[in-house]
Amino acid sequence: MSEWCICSVFALQKVSIIIVIFACVVCKYIIYLSEVQLNETLAHLKTESETLKSKLEEERAKLHDVELHQVAEKVEGLGQFVMKTRRTLKGHGNKVLCMDWCKDKRRIVSSSQDGKVIVWDAFTTNKEHAVTMPCTWVMACAYAPSGCAVACGGLDNKCSVYPLSLDKNENLAAKKKSVAMHTNYLSACSFTNSDMQILTSSGDGTCALWDVESGQLLQSFHGHAADVLCLDLAPSETGNTFVSGGCDKKANVWDMRSGQCIQSFETHESDINSVRYYPSGDAFASGSDDATCRLYDLRADREVAIYSKESIIFGVSSVDFSLSGRLLFGGYNDYTINVWDVLKGTRVSILFGHENRVSTLRVSPDGTAFCTGSWDHTLRIWA
Amino acid sequence: MTINTLAKGGWHREQMTCFQKMEKVIVAMQDPDMGMKMRNQRLLITVIPHAMTGHDIITWLIQKYSICEEEALHLGGMLLKYGYIYPLKEPRSIVLHPDETPYRFQTPYFWTSTRWPASELDYAIYLAKKNIRKQGELMEYEKERYSVLHKRINHTWDFVVMQAREQLRASKQRRKADRIVLECQEQAYWLINRPPPGVGNVLDMGLERPNNFSLRVTLNSDYYKREIETCRRALGRNRVKSSICLEGFVKYSEQYQNHDPIMQGCLPSNPWISDDTAHWTMNAEMVPTPTRLRVECWSFSFMELLKDVMGRKEFMTYLEKEFSGENLCFWQACEDIRHGESSKIAEKVEEVYKNFLAPGAARWVNIDSKTMDKTLEGIKRPHRFVMDDAQMHIYFLMKKDSYPRYLKSDLYKNMLAKAIIPQETKKSVFPFMRRQRHSSPSPAQAAAQATEEDGRGKGAGPAGTNSDV
Repeated sequence: MSEWCICSVFALQKVSIIIVIFACVVCKYIIYLSEVQLNETLAHLKTESETLKSKLEEERAKLHDVELHQVAEKVEGLGQFVMKTRRTLKGHGNKVLCMDWCKDKRRIVSSSQDGKVIVWDAFTTNKEHAVTMPCTWVMACAYAPSGCAVACGGLDNKCSVYPLSLDKNENLAAKKKSVAMHTNYLSACSFTNSDMQILTSSGDGTCALWDVESGQLLQSFHGHAADVLCLDLAPSETGNTFVSGGCDKKANVWDMRSGQCIQSFETHESDINSVRYYPSGDAFASGSDDATCRLYDLRADREVAIYSKESIIFGVSSVDFSLSGRLLFGGYNDYTINVWDVLKGTRVSILFGHENRVSTLRVSPDGTAFCTGSWDHTLRIWA
Repeated sequence: MTINTLAKGGWHREQMTCFQKMEKVIVAMQDPDMGMKMRNQRLLITVIPHAMTGHDIITWLIQKYSICEEEALHLGGMLLKYGYIYPLKEPRSIVLHPDETPYRFQTPYFWTSTRWPASELDYAIYLAKKNIRKQGELMEYEKERYSVLHKRINHTWDFVVMQAREQLRASKQRRKADRIVLECQEQAYWLINRPPPGVGNVLDMGLERPNNFSLRVTLNSDYYKREIETCRRALGRNRVKSSICLEGFVKYSEQYQNHDPIMQGCLPSNPWISDDTAHWTMNAEMVPTPTRLRVECWSFSFMELLKDVMGRKEFMTYLEKEFSGENLCFWQACEDIRHGESSKIAEKVEEVYKNFLAPGAARWVNIDSKTMDKTLEGIKRPHRFVMDDAQMHIYFLMKKDSYPRYLKSDLYKNMLAKAIIPQETKKSVFPFMRRQRHSSPSPAQAAAQATEEDGRGKGAGPAGTNSDV
């Protein structure tokens, strides 16, 4: 590789032949020194960061005086658990990747690998709307709180909002509004308390808050070291935080106003595919490729429970709580759903039915059922 | 000799962990002390050693992991799907039968994880061998693939045929039993790595996740500085003892247990199970008489009361009686600013100031002077969160003062007393007769009608094109 060097050019002005010149020894040495300095500073910063993290773990351990299952000893155990598939929604031509419930407790939106986004009345199993996205792998979809629009995105690196029109002749794609723009795939999206703002997470390692009307970026969240795969908004009174999980095995809690990372947890052994808040907002659960689900308490600032079993080998793709927070449902890559007793830490039930990976799982807004989407092209409602 | 391409670094990380775990199970199954009892299996006239039955596999799994038969069948089925165990009698039927059907462990040489990814060249050699051995009698799909490969890697075809011949010659020198075993193992490997059409590809991993993160986020000094900042802040956090936090979960779950339809069922019935939407009708946003559970819920927390449209309305009625309705109005207006359109923020803030904060305002709210000063200062440059402090102040005022009094008031007590406890719907006499599932109006339709009614009310606009759904 040849590098033009200012001092060499001056020296060769007298020579009329254009030749390839290497940077002179002095310049090369200067470049070398500054790189070494940068690396040293970087290494120094990295060590400092790691030291602080260990210190943080020590601090977190100090107030841990009891385990969750010990506290839960006095709680009555759960009896026989019977949940069955009550509806099967067929219509997608390829893997179902994501779904979300409408606030009316019966409608859902689902997205799939072939680019189709479908809105169903899950109760009657009728399809009400269908949109074909210009990209494949629509990994994220969300229903607007008003029930009048859906948001979706995936390999197109964008999140688009489609108002739901009732005119059967109208092409929904015509009114599409592009809201979010990332530099890599969109992994998850969620409306905040209204139709006006959307929170997104992306393979580019960031999360972002967008204004739907103008498409303006309101806030961006940096702190993950790799793809962010999932997010969930906190149900708290002040409604200002959300949690995200990523390929860097970290689960971060963010302040939506300032963009700062408030809390960070790094106990999983592999990618975190799903995060979901406990109904009270004081904790959240995560599901990971390491085949475990974990519960993190935000006030105690630590992991407080691990939900795992030796016979469960495959990763968790998606988790959600029942309305009271007593049960945690996990959709797994081995086609099953495991139901966990959140307090006692035991596995209450295992549900079979899907013929391929369960990729997404959400409990309905009133807790009467939960819906799963799978790579077997179907969605199922369980109750 | 075959050429093995991609290094392990090209692996899907998630799959590597799964394969390793499955391999642990397989190794445990073959443990001389704690593993399964193997036996010889007769295949036509040859005896194949070290085989086991489906029943053996399931029994061992049940015992080892304390799981039920269905789960053991599923787990064993996975081991089969990923090629760690293969069926002896019907190699194409990769299903675990809980009976005397014989199975065998795949040799580690042919584990999917050992030879990943299965190379085209290896597959070509395998098909060539089969072609020679069976004198052209390949299966239809194998014939197609063979010709496709022939076209694609035509330049190395001599090598392919030479290898095939060499391997066939080497295998003829083995004992018949060994030869059959090797053929079975190789066939099992290819049934997994190149499944016949119509059979799902279990090795389909979906979108690949990066192994090298530096392509995503540069771990530069900015990144580490942010990490350090976050850690420092986290170290300074106030933490609560685990015993207190965890007790909170127990209490919460207990309090909400009756409200959790999956745990406790719901009245009159769960619509998804009975096909009867009465439960939803009774709990609609605005009903003449709410259900008891719903009214009880309002007493659990202030947030529950405000979340429920009806609860909020009741609370407003109560506040108005106490001449403090402006607090809730203010709070709602602030919510509207926080979650509304960015373009309308300035005008909304102006409205709020005029109605609630300006001296002598019609619905003046009582905020402490420090917060008021800060808010008035912020209003000069209105932004989404400018009302946050004031809103928080009023929220906690209502929560600490008005809310507890509301719960003790006659208004609430009467509501609770007349609230309905729905009757449980008895199961239909003819359970096989399914109720008709009625559709409901889409929220989008309700909104469209509302806008239309608004339009009509204002007397403007063209004749609406109301679509009949």
